[in-house]
Amino acid sequence: MAYELRRSLPRELAEAAERIEALAIDYGLDFFPICFEVLDGDELNEVAAYGGFPTRYPHWKWGMEYEQLAKSYEYGLGKIYELVINNDPVYAYLMRSNSLLDQKLVMAHVCGHADFFKHNLWFGHTNRKMMDQMANHGARIRRYAERHGHDTVEKFIDCCLSIENLIDIHSPFIRRRGEPKPEDEEPRTVTKLRSKEYMDRYVNPPEFMEEQQRRLDEEIAREKRFPVEPERDVMYFLLQHAPLERWQKDVLGMLREEAYYFAPQAMTKIMNEGWASFWHSRLMTEQILVDAEVIDYADLHAGTMASSRGQLNPYKLGIELFRNIEERWNKGQFGREWEECDNLEERRTWDKKLGLGREKIFQVRKIYNDVLFIDEFMTPEFCAEQKLFTFEYSRQASDYVIATREFEKVKEKLLDQLTNWGNPVIWIEDGNFENRGELYLKHRHDGVDLRLDWARDVIENLHTVWSRPIHLETLVEERARVLSYEGQKHSERSL
Amino acid sequence: MGTNKIGRDHSRFKQIVRGKIKKELRRYITQGELIGRQGNKAVSIPLPQIQLPKFRYGSKDKGGVGQGEGEEGDPLGKGQPQPGEGGEAGEAPGEHVLEVEIDLDELAEILGEELALPKIEPKGKKAISSEKDVYTGIHRQGPESLRHFKRTFKAALLREIASGTYDPDNPIVLPIREDKRYRSWKTQTTPEANAVILYMMDVSGSMGHEQKEMVRIESFWIDTWLRSQYKNIESRFIVHDAAAKEVDRHTFFHLRESGGTKISSAYEMCLRMINDEFPSDEWNIYPFHFSDGDNWGGDDTRHCIELLDKELLPKVNVFCYGQVKSAYGSGQFIKDLRGAFPETDERIILSSIASRDEIYDSIKDFLGKGK
Repeated sequence: MAYELRRSLPRELAEAAERIEALAIDYGLDFFPICFEVLDGDELNEVAAYGGFPTRYPHWKWGMEYEQLAKSYEYGLGKIYELVINNDPVYAYLMRSNSLLDQKLVMAHVCGHADFFKHNLWFGHTNRKMMDQMANHGARIRRYAERHGHDTVEKFIDCCLSIENLIDIHSPFIRRRGEPKPEDEEPRTVTKLRSKEYMDRYVNPPEFMEEQQRRLDEEIAREKRFPVEPERDVMYFLLQHAPLERWQKDVLGMLREEAYYFAPQAMTKIMNEGWASFWHSRLMTEQILVDAEVIDYADLHAGTMASSRGQLNPYKLGIELFRNIEERWNKGQFGREWEECDNLEERRTWDKKLGLGREKIFQVRKIYNDVLFIDEFMTPEFCAEQKLFTFEYSRQASDYVIATREFEKVKEKLLDQLTNWGNPVIWIEDGNFENRGELYLKHRHDGVDLRLDWARDVIENLHTVWSRPIHLETLVEERARVLSYEGQKHSERSL
Repeated sequence: MGTNKIGRDHSRFKQIVRGKIKKELRRYITQGELIGRQGNKAVSIPLPQIQLPKFRYGSKDKGGVGQGEGEEGDPLGKGQPQPGEGGEAGEAPGEHVLEVEIDLDELAEILGEELALPKIEPKGKKAISSEKDVYTGIHRQGPESLRHFKRTFKAALLREIASGTYDPDNPIVLPIREDKRYRSWKTQTTPEANAVILYMMDVSGSMGHEQKEMVRIESFWIDTWLRSQYKNIESRFIVHDAAAKEVDRHTFFHLRESGGTKISSAYEMCLRMINDEFPSDEWNIYPFHFSDGDNWGGDDTRHCIELLDKELLPKVNVFCYGQVKSAYGSGQFIKDLRGAFPETDERIILSSIASRDEIYDSIKDFLGKGK
């Protein structure tokens, strides 16, 4: 293997790893075996450019990542601290030039991630042999590139990557498409209940019968539609129905698989980083640190928690919210009694000594994602304590300015940002638009317009895959518009 | 040890960047935005980030959530929030600008390709460059004589182990065609000869800021190109109004004098320099002269033409005169030169530059002859 993934750890690090893992397990963390790899700065940049998978398919975007990582490393603007891969075994990369304290902190942090990967429900469907699978993908794509030409394959990958956020992130958990109904010879009609003629008006009231008939008509009309239900998983739809060559289907399928593999990480960024930070902090301060390391540790930890004003640090928000939950459940600050108490003094000193905190946070890490996490556990007190605010672009100041610190608004904005892991909600409304095999997509506008120049480029890419005209319905400056591309030029019309 | 797999993806990326720069070259040239971003060997080029388009939110009106002190209405400060894809929490919207560093050599190559500049022919018989083959990588195809034994063996061993046909007791490894690895090479050209660029510019009152800026931009590209063609290149700078003097690069572009214009003074100084320091049998000499075309009088112009014809032109590779348009200049000088030297005279190139947009073509005029 190119990276000698099994390169043995220096003894010092091997011992540290063993000790830290044992301590983590004592605290109740549970994870797949962790394989720590020590890499030089440049190797680490390379692995990081590939998103942690050194055997990935060839593509220029890794080259771009690498360019940026290598440059910021070279100029001392930033280096990668931790890089951990959701896999069984978990792979975690350590930078050779880091101090032993750095390495211990990273190891403790990695234990947190590894536990999260294994137990958080949203990761339940992810392939735990992704390291191997990525290598397979790499080999297949390389083969296609040799057979069909590098440029051809690269161009097609570009198209696929440009729609990789058009997946249905909840679909691994919900059965979206029922079994196809058996073909029925019987004509479908609204059945009447048997009744004497003079009772018929009462047993089968005409309004009700009309309503039933209307529903049936609707259902029949709906079943004639294609797709029957609006389809959020655009990649799936194209895979099933687009006129693609075999290799193209395979590539699209692989990239869809990778998109589903990575989606949970984007959906749980705050929780995952929060959880890992929570545990590195616990492990380090309660068990691992020796006196001489305390100052350096504090410095390091503060560095990871630092937030500049315009930027929310997921590590910081996550760790604070987990700590807050632990404290509230330890003190019994939840439930109806707590909610209804409006005596501030009483609330401040509220402590029922329940000690349920630990249990609660383990439960939270199991069944929540970022949206639910924020929605359920962010309180006005927390929001104020953490000095959260929303910002907006002000044309007057030609800069972003603080808009408000109001709890409801902050929470709403944050949830907005996290919904659909930060991506606009777009689905296929009609795969046979106007009975001409054209693809009609719809965007659910939630207050922010799409970036139109990119949208047009994506539409072009969709056209490459679908090879029939593409339409996208959206709002542009509060007016309903349909953007279309029929292969030659873009057009736009009002709705 | 890594196999440097990123190398391929990285160079593919660079190739794409190169394509973008090439496409935008005219803009880079006319706006002069690369100047000042120039290091010793490389220049850093701001490119809009090359990103795969996706359905994303438009950035400006999106806003976000932040953390920290401050009153409502307080600005977050320029440059904040950090640019990002605007997807994940903690990433605020913004425009990514990609700073790509590119070798001056490579930039020259791009310039050469885009403007279809011929390689410079050496003056006299001396070759100006030598070629060298450098082994740069490993390919799966190649001549047997370049077969890489070790790599081939490794590939064969790997295959045999993977397919289970390897027997440690009888460790015979037989490479098949797919295992074979070959060295691949690139031919690199290294310039051998030396050259000197002698820049001359009229700094009299009629040459305004814009005119000098145009000269500056043009000289940047001339420099870049000639540098890629020669092993060593020296630049010297002469300014003149009624009298000429030698200055450094910075002064050259920033000095502003008032007073009249006597072009012959610069030509005389240039000639003295060549005679004293750059004997023409050892050096490739490139005098570039920029002015707005005003000269003191017909007498001086006649003197200039005589100097050029008798003294300068026989000694230099090519003499380039660029005339920038100014509000005050009469633009007479280039007309006089055109009268004196027919277009077929390959020793002198005349180009008039009315605005920034014409710099591109002017560079092509100057460097397009392959002199």
